[in-house]
Amino acid sequence: MNTLEIAKDTTQQGNRPTTQISGSQAVLEALLGEGVDTVFGYPGGAIMPIYDALYDYNDKLRHILVRHEQGGIHAAQGYARTSGRVGVVFATSGPGATNLVTGLADAMIDSNPIVCVTGQVFAHLLGTDAFQETDVINITSPVTKWNYQVTDACEIPMALAKAFHIARTGRPGPVLIDITKNAQLQLFAYEGYKPCHHIRSYRPKPIVRKEYIEQASALINQAKRPFVLFGQGVILGKAEAEFKAFIEKAGIPAAATVMGLSALETDHHLHVGMLGMHGNYAPNVLTNECDVLIAIGMRFDDRVTGRLDKYAKQAQIVHLDIDPAEIDKNVKTAVPVWGDCKETLPLLTELVESREHTEWLAHFRKLEQEEIKEVIQEELNPTTDIMTMGEVVKILNDLTGGEAVVVTDVGQHQMVACRYAKFNRSKSNVTSGGLGTMGFGLPAAIGAWYGAPDRTVVAIIGDGGIQMTIQELGTIMQFGAKVKILILNNEFLGMVRQWQQLFHDKRYSFVNITSPDFVTVAQGYGIPGRSIRERKDLKQALSDMLAHDGAYLLEVMVGKENNVFPMVPQGSSVAEIRLK
Amino acid sequence: MEDYSMEKQEYTITLYTENSIGMIGRISTIFSRRKINIESLNTSPSEAEGIHRFTIVIQETEDVVRKLCRQIEKQVEVLKAYYNTNDEVIWQEQALYKVPTSVVTEKAPVERLLRQYGASAVVIRNDYTVFETAGHREEIDALTEALAEYNLIEFVRSARIAIIKHSEGFHKKLKEFEEAEPAAEVVENRYLDKQDKVFTM
Ligand SMILES: Cc1ncc(C[n+]2csc(CCOP(=O)(O)OP(=O)(O)O)c2C)c(N)n1
Repeated sequence: MNTLEIAKDTTQQGNRPTTQISGSQAVLEALLGEGVDTVFGYPGGAIMPIYDALYDYNDKLRHILVRHEQGGIHAAQGYARTSGRVGVVFATSGPGATNLVTGLADAMIDSNPIVCVTGQVFAHLLGTDAFQETDVINITSPVTKWNYQVTDACEIPMALAKAFHIARTGRPGPVLIDITKNAQLQLFAYEGYKPCHHIRSYRPKPIVRKEYIEQASALINQAKRPFVLFGQGVILGKAEAEFKAFIEKAGIPAAATVMGLSALETDHHLHVGMLGMHGNYAPNVLTNECDVLIAIGMRFDDRVTGRLDKYAKQAQIVHLDIDPAEIDKNVKTAVPVWGDCKETLPLLTELVESREHTEWLAHFRKLEQEEIKEVIQEELNPTTDIMTMGEVVKILNDLTGGEAVVVTDVGQHQMVACRYAKFNRSKSNVTSGGLGTMGFGLPAAIGAWYGAPDRTVVAIIGDGGIQMTIQELGTIMQFGAKVKILILNNEFLGMVRQWQQLFHDKRYSFVNITSPDFVTVAQGYGIPGRSIRERKDLKQALSDMLAHDGAYLLEVMVGKENNVFPMVPQGSSVAEIRLK
Repeated sequence: MEDYSMEKQEYTITLYTENSIGMIGRISTIFSRRKINIESLNTSPSEAEGIHRFTIVIQETEDVVRKLCRQIEKQVEVLKAYYNTNDEVIWQEQALYKVPTSVVTEKAPVERLLRQYGASAVVIRNDYTVFETAGHREEIDALTEALAEYNLIEFVRSARIAIIKHSEGFHKKLKEFEEAEPAAEVVENRYLDKQDKVFTM
């Protein structure tokens, strides 16, 4: 029997007193039952009953009216990333729902726990090409962990309970519940909200097997050059402390994926930098020299592995992951340590011997010196008058001390921010990793602030990306998220320009992008701002931005044709990383 | 880890799923997204009440089939995915043939053909007769080809259905799935149980 049918049955058999409420109220009661405090949304015809009910819930649920549904879901993603809770989105049918698709795809690939509630036309109109009808369930199937269409109000409590359970457990992901208007309006006998803890066809996490832990520790204990790669799984599993205890006992150098950044503080003596196409030199090169590679909550994305047939071929690979489908998907493992790393890491720490791989670690530090000499020194302390993105991030680090949440958009500034931003605390790096969605930054920063309102949230965004979702300045204006918007303006679609320069013979095809006067635009939205083009103003401008009690926009004009290095060119092995 | 045969061959994938709307779509996009052609797809009830059974046939390498099954098992409504080679399953397809009745009565070779392939008449009318056979793809194809010479009016072949030789059915498994703390075998996949083969140190 379908789990939702069980819900219907119990409402019929229930001997507890029931009250009649509408489907719409049931939706809002479910949110309260799940402890939701913030919803990002946009109303419309097919979701009007839910918005009507919301009118009476104003004191219990905060609704942030975004300026575009894409902004709504990116905000929910930002909220989920800084709070560790489920982000919730409301949208209407048709165009409202299709505007969510980019964010769903982004949340799917980056494993963000999101619940979207979309309105749908009346059930009797389904399939008739009714006004604002789209087949949202089929459109969103490949980009949701689960989705479900509700046509009867009785199903609402159980559908939402399942939605939250699925979104947040196991490998998290976005869930969409599409509710027809009749179900929103329908009165039914309500028995209270019951959270869902078990779905028979759904196994959030594999059972931890002792033999794999033993095999993994045996491999690690005999390793001469072990190397740890960590991803967002450590953050999603809330296993930062367990992770640190493991690498510290085993004395293993560790490198982060873009999504794993901030799981371990940047300054930790075993943190050897970032992996990937624009990651650090040492971790990329030494991936092909380690003897045991321990991957924790990461998925060997092609931006991390480069050319697969030349990736870590010499190493025995231990892969810790909660998602069995990730094991052996891209890289063959010697030992699969299935399970939630919050459970597996302490077991592994028990069995590994206390070590210090001093020489091996020194090897990383030596290559790091090379990178500093060839790339980092000039990027952070430029000898020309032209400002670099790196020096902006460096001064930002000095001013925030690494305590800020850094949200980025997509492009060169993203890679520079990820390379140089200092993180003292987990859940501090919010970026679109897997999908690389331009336009993510501004709305995600708004959500990130609601998820962590006591923290400083800095959104580092390119002059291209900001123009994709700039309308969300209106959301800031109306609801007051204290987001610091830092535009690094190189007057180009920088990352694409870099590729055209390096791989297309400098044929700059449509990468020259003009911008409005961002400060004036911000002013129009009641947000103060400033634009600077000289180094002498940089520190003061950044510190004014941070000191301002409220949203602020700072535009920094940086070098037009600077490139991000190092770089693993597409199709090359990680060991072939270029320093220039 | 294990080395999988890199040769493509026919695999029968058997899924046990909840009977929910939209399952065929969710399952089929897992194949189409990777540009893998589904050669045949059958859905039916299973031996376990309320549980649906999908039987899918594709031509692929074992490595790809294994990854597909892991992705399929990730779907919330899928309880279990198995894959088997042809020698591990008993399988059949069914076919219906419509031929002019005159051909059957007047042409001796046609009657012989139908006997040879064990076809039986389902409907006999003055103008046409409908025959039915069941068997492996090659047998059905051979009969179709032979009948084509005798004014075959209409032909249809069903998707494959298959029974896994070593399977004990799904009743016991389903009970385990219904437990909040299920057995390890239920939580993990078939591949996991090949523990001895998993570790190659
Ligand atoms: C929605 C979307 N469209 C296109 C791209 C391709 N793309 C990746 S980076 C980039 C350039 C970004 O330019 P800008 O925002 O100015 O940032 P910069 O690289 O200059 O720092 C583009 C167009 C993308 N990632 N996302």
